Amino acid sequence: MAAGAETLKRTPLYDRHVAAGARLVPFAGWEMPVQYTGIREEHVAVRRTVGVFDVSHMGEVETAGPGAEAFLQRVLSNDVSKIADDGAQYSVLCREDGGVLDDLFTYRLAPARYLTVTNASNHERDLAWMRAQAEGFDVELHDRLADYAMLAVQGPDARALVGTLADGELPRRFRTTVLTVAGAPDVLVCGTGYTGEDGVELLIAPQHAPAVWDALLEGGAVPAGLGARDTLRLEVCFHLYGNDLIEERGPIEAGLGWCCKEDTGFIGSDAVRAARESGTAETLVPFVMTSPGIARQGNPVVGGGEVTSGTMSPCLGQGIGMAYVPAEKAEPGTPIEIDVRGRAREAEVRAKPLYTKER
Amino acid sequence: MADASYPDDVKYHPEHDWARIDGDVATFGITWYAQDQLGEVVFVEPPEVGKSISKDEPYAEIESVKAVSDVVAPLSGEIVEVNALLTDSPEKINEDPYGDGWLVRVRLSDVSEVDDLLDRETYEGSLS
Repeated sequence: MAAGAETLKRTPLYDRHVAAGARLVPFAGWEMPVQYTGIREEHVAVRRTVGVFDVSHMGEVETAGPGAEAFLQRVLSNDVSKIADDGAQYSVLCREDGGVLDDLFTYRLAPARYLTVTNASNHERDLAWMRAQAEGFDVELHDRLADYAMLAVQGPDARALVGTLADGELPRRFRTTVLTVAGAPDVLVCGTGYTGEDGVELLIAPQHAPAVWDALLEGGAVPAGLGARDTLRLEVCFHLYGNDLIEERGPIEAGLGWCCKEDTGFIGSDAVRAARESGTAETLVPFVMTSPGIARQGNPVVGGGEVTSGTMSPCLGQGIGMAYVPAEKAEPGTPIEIDVRGRAREAEVRAKPLYTKER
Repeated sequence: MADASYPDDVKYHPEHDWARIDGDVATFGITWYAQDQLGEVVFVEPPEVGKSISKDEPYAEIESVKAVSDVVAPLSGEIVEVNALLTDSPEKINEDPYGDGWLVRVRLSDVSEVDDLLDRETYEGSLS
């Protein structure tokens, strides 16, 4: 289908983005702000003070019922039984052959009620996949995409700001709480994020989202777009589905073995176990450019492998990225060459994360 | 970033380049619209002095935070100078696209090609 042939969806904050001077672009079927004043400025605001991202394009699937835990244990790679009553957990959704269908956060709302946040581009597929696996489990799956707007408030000042707007204590990291925020009732406040900074994510009924957005901006939050979200997550080496994770790659080679607990018997666990035991041909590694230029997604690594994400790091002032490289080149410090549009450019494999906060 | 501007003292190429003609030498750069579309420029890969370039063909690369873009030559000729300021200050392309943000100076091989370029009014009209 030609770009623009479909109608793009808009979040409840569309008018706010236009008013704030956002550049709106199509992203996974949505019309989303890629930047307001500039990627670098927004990036630095999140690292130094506080930024707010509209991530309402992300999907939500609710799993409820007596068999909820057993079902999620079957489809998600992590040990779901370890999620506290108010907890949050990262995992991947795998095919039988271990290929990664999505990476997701699951929040436990009640003992037998969970909310799983999907990537916008994968939401329909995830939901269909989960429904197809649900037979035999005493669960109900609900598509909650339309029921939540989602704001990520991130940065060293994020908690202080949200704290002034909320009627109770904010959740710790990887915990959740339901609070009234800026007059919006029943906001699911989650101690999670995608920037490497402290902060919270807010799941809000769509009609209340504009008031929360306004209050955050009034309190000093800088609107930040998907452009800054990408540079921020890449500096701390968080995966982006569609770039660093794809169906044809497994979690072990992607460096996500830590969120796979094969003993739970999740779909794909046999393949993941085999990959963990015998090793993989390629491994996802972070790198920095040691020569001028910026490697981009799709640039080949000389000698095998491929760049999956690449950008200019606003904090480091040099080109950074992630690439799949042959396993023998995965050690931090290993020099690699990347074919950047026909020119061999020098880079070096580094350890995660590429950016560490000065404390 | 500077406000939108399209000066009268340059000629425009539909691929969002400008050329300021001085006899058989021209200075090239990208237009305000082009730098606005790119976003913050973070790296410029200039061509080498002495290289021949052809009208409508890419001759340089500009990297923004988001992506890399080819820059198309508005006219044909030989590169006689590249803007060394951009090595350390690529953001000049955003701040002053028709001044300090110029890219190259070119000795033109066919001055008659200038007739193919657009004046300000025609170029600006093409943007809406």
